[in-house]
Amino acid sequence: MSTAIQDPQTVERPNYLNAEYGWKSWLLTTDHKRIAILYLISITLMFFVGGIFAVLIRLELLTPQGDLVNSDTYNKFFSMHGIVMVFFFLVPSIPATLGNFLVPMMIGAKDLAFPRINLLSWYIYIVGAVFTLAAVVLGGVDTGWTFYTPFSSSYSNTFVITAASGVFVAGFSSILTGLNFIVTIHKMRAPGMTWGRLPLFVWANYATALIQVLGTPVVAITLALVGLERAFRIGIFDPAIGGDPILFQHMFWFYSHPAVYIMILPGMGVISELVTCFSRKSVFGYSFIAGSSIGIAIIGFLVWGHHMFVTGMSMYASLYFSLLSFLVAVPSAIKVFNWTATMFRGSIVYDTPMLYAFGFIGLFTIGGLTGLFLATLAVDVHVTDTYFVVAHFHYVMVGGMVMAYMGGLHFWWPKISGRLYPEGWAKFAALLVFAGFNLTFFPQFILGYLGQPRRYHAYAPEFQVLNVMSTAGASILGLGYLIPLIYFLWSMRHGPKATSNPWGAKGLEWETTSPPPTFNFDKTPIVTEEAYAYSHKQEVEVG
Amino acid sequence: MPLFPESASTIANSIDYLYFYLIAVSTIMTVLIFSAVFIFAIKYRRRSPDEIPAPIHGSLKLEIFWSVVPFIIMLSFFWWGAQIFFESASPPPGAMDIYVVGKQWMWKIQYPEGQREINELHVPVGKPVRLTLASEDVIHSFFIPAFRVKHDVVPGRYDTMWFTATKPGRYHLFCAEYCGTEHSGMVGWVTVMSEPDYENWLTGGGSEGTMVQQGERLFQQLGCSTCHLLDQQGRCPIMRGVYGSHVQLQDGKTVLADDAYIRESILNPNAKIVAGFKPDVMPTFQGQISEEGLLQLIVYIKSLAITSAPGTTAPGAAGAATTGGGPRPPAKRTQPTGGKK
Repeated sequence: MSTAIQDPQTVERPNYLNAEYGWKSWLLTTDHKRIAILYLISITLMFFVGGIFAVLIRLELLTPQGDLVNSDTYNKFFSMHGIVMVFFFLVPSIPATLGNFLVPMMIGAKDLAFPRINLLSWYIYIVGAVFTLAAVVLGGVDTGWTFYTPFSSSYSNTFVITAASGVFVAGFSSILTGLNFIVTIHKMRAPGMTWGRLPLFVWANYATALIQVLGTPVVAITLALVGLERAFRIGIFDPAIGGDPILFQHMFWFYSHPAVYIMILPGMGVISELVTCFSRKSVFGYSFIAGSSIGIAIIGFLVWGHHMFVTGMSMYASLYFSLLSFLVAVPSAIKVFNWTATMFRGSIVYDTPMLYAFGFIGLFTIGGLTGLFLATLAVDVHVTDTYFVVAHFHYVMVGGMVMAYMGGLHFWWPKISGRLYPEGWAKFAALLVFAGFNLTFFPQFILGYLGQPRRYHAYAPEFQVLNVMSTAGASILGLGYLIPLIYFLWSMRHGPKATSNPWGAKGLEWETTSPPPTFNFDKTPIVTEEAYAYSHKQEVEVG
Repeated sequence: MPLFPESASTIANSIDYLYFYLIAVSTIMTVLIFSAVFIFAIKYRRRSPDEIPAPIHGSLKLEIFWSVVPFIIMLSFFWWGAQIFFESASPPPGAMDIYVVGKQWMWKIQYPEGQREINELHVPVGKPVRLTLASEDVIHSFFIPAFRVKHDVVPGRYDTMWFTATKPGRYHLFCAEYCGTEHSGMVGWVTVMSEPDYENWLTGGGSEGTMVQQGERLFQQLGCSTCHLLDQQGRCPIMRGVYGSHVQLQDGKTVLADDAYIRESILNPNAKIVAGFKPDVMPTFQGQISEEGLLQLIVYIKSLAITSAPGTTAPGAAGAATTGGGPRPPAKRTQPTGGKK
């Protein structure tokens, strides 16, 4: 056991980790920080489950013939990869872990507004995950994560209802988390913590919570209808029994496009925290970054039809969805410009979280710009349902969201665990992730414009070289994710103890000890300054 | 290893130009942002542990600048993309028709002249081709990368797409909408031939007669002809001249008799009752007729259209109708979509 650096302030002090022991103290906890840890463990497991499917997909695609597994198995691989990653990793990732841990602390509250509902939402998540994993164990599901009808409701012979039930149930967990955040942020801010002083991470989680509460019920209804049609042959989506298959897509994307913002907004919130801290500078354009989160949450509900330009939807509907899709890009662009401007005349260090922030800005820029290709009607006709789309959303979801998640996890790890992770290994892993990611997904843009359709078990031989590059990149990327898992686990026991504010960061969460006590603060903090007041006189601790 | 797809249709080049424009703008934006981040990261690196930079809170002018200017640039994407999209929405008059039925997991193609193929599409170079798309089961998507065209094939209705091929050759045909087990096997080839080669190829097949003849046979076999008489009022509406006309309905509305209307009237006869007729006279043919048969019936009924009715894109041609009883498909291409020549 390493006792090299000991901060006398934190020794022996009761904190949320050592307050109670035993599995009951975890499974029945109502402490938002412990629930965040429960979520962290669960979504990490799900991330590696989804990751195993990704590995299997990439291995199959090494050769064009489709010779590793048969096509039914391959179809299950990409379906399970999508369902697990989207609904059980990306949607809960930052809100349920970092958000859960930090939102109350950042606003100076003891806990979320409804601690028991918070625990309930974790249990609901677990029930949803069990359904989904049951679908995997029983034999899998082959509908793709999008569950398109009438394939899912009338034709697939796999465990559609089991998997859809998992997603349906997990949706309630998402709704409850969102509800909890909204009430907490409205009602439990510390004295002086005005809306204009809220950390941007809180704004981002607030906007996310709005989408979770307003959007998730629609996907729940949609999947319930698929289940009804499948089980009882009630004609809703299958035209053979009087339904409309395109209706499903409208309902599905009405949630699932805003859900994209559920996945990315909290990541953007993390980046705002990282860029300010590691530039030691107040944020450029606070109200524009905060407002753009709300703007994305609102406009994000009006663009779902851009997934459907080749379905034969009305031309004028297509025009409208195309135009609004460009409009929703503006708030994202505002954020990127403001983060860049925040670095201007800053005092920048390259600690691991900042490396992830650089990675995020770069990859999200590419992901966002290629989104404009997809909003452009005539170009979308060619590239929709090809690898171009696959590359685009992985740039946003993995290049953006997972980068932000990893950056945030490194940034707040000393606060969460009370320990420091090994900086050298962390930098090395961050570089691996960045390099591996680009090698995996950049070739897919080229493949997409060449015309390789997505969800293909076997593909035309001339596409092989680019696919081999992609698989090679994926193995580097996989390694880049494994290394942090190892050193985070290692640091919990052997890492040097962290001071309360190892980065010299601003924000209430850094004013309490690492790890924080059960009720976060010894007495309710009083806020007297704006967020990111890095220019104010402060003690700089070097961790 | 190809890095860019072949361009083999009239629309392919215009989409490529737009694509290059998007790449150019995106590259400029990416380089600008990357170099700003890179330069700031180097130039403003922390030089002493306790340095505290002066705060900069923002600039309204800059915010307006970088909201409005990118949006204006994006409007150019929107405008250009929408323009091509609109132009490519409807085929030029006189486009030749080919009928496509998707099913798990094959493409069944039939030509008005009577040929049928699976996973192969033959088209002449330089002629607009309109595809009518139907699905027997789930949603498929008809995708020809070299032409930059794609359209979903949705069960329960007809969709159309069109293109004009510009280069003879063989090009990939893919199903782009995931449709189950052998989705990635639902692929084929599009062969673009010179006009003489194509005429030659057309004379090769079609032992069952033209689509009009096949449709006419079905019309007899299914008993349609006992009630729907061609030239006088029977128990059901007259067939000659229906296609392309505006039909007066019982409830006072009128409806254009197009492919979708004929299809619905066969599968769900009570959906729209023609003025002066009673519901429940005609049984439904749902489940008793294949998608291909439906298309043959529609082509047959289309051939019975009398004149070019206004408001239709595909008025029937008298020429096709006169070949109705012919023993073999004529070597000269008939044009059921009529219009010109």
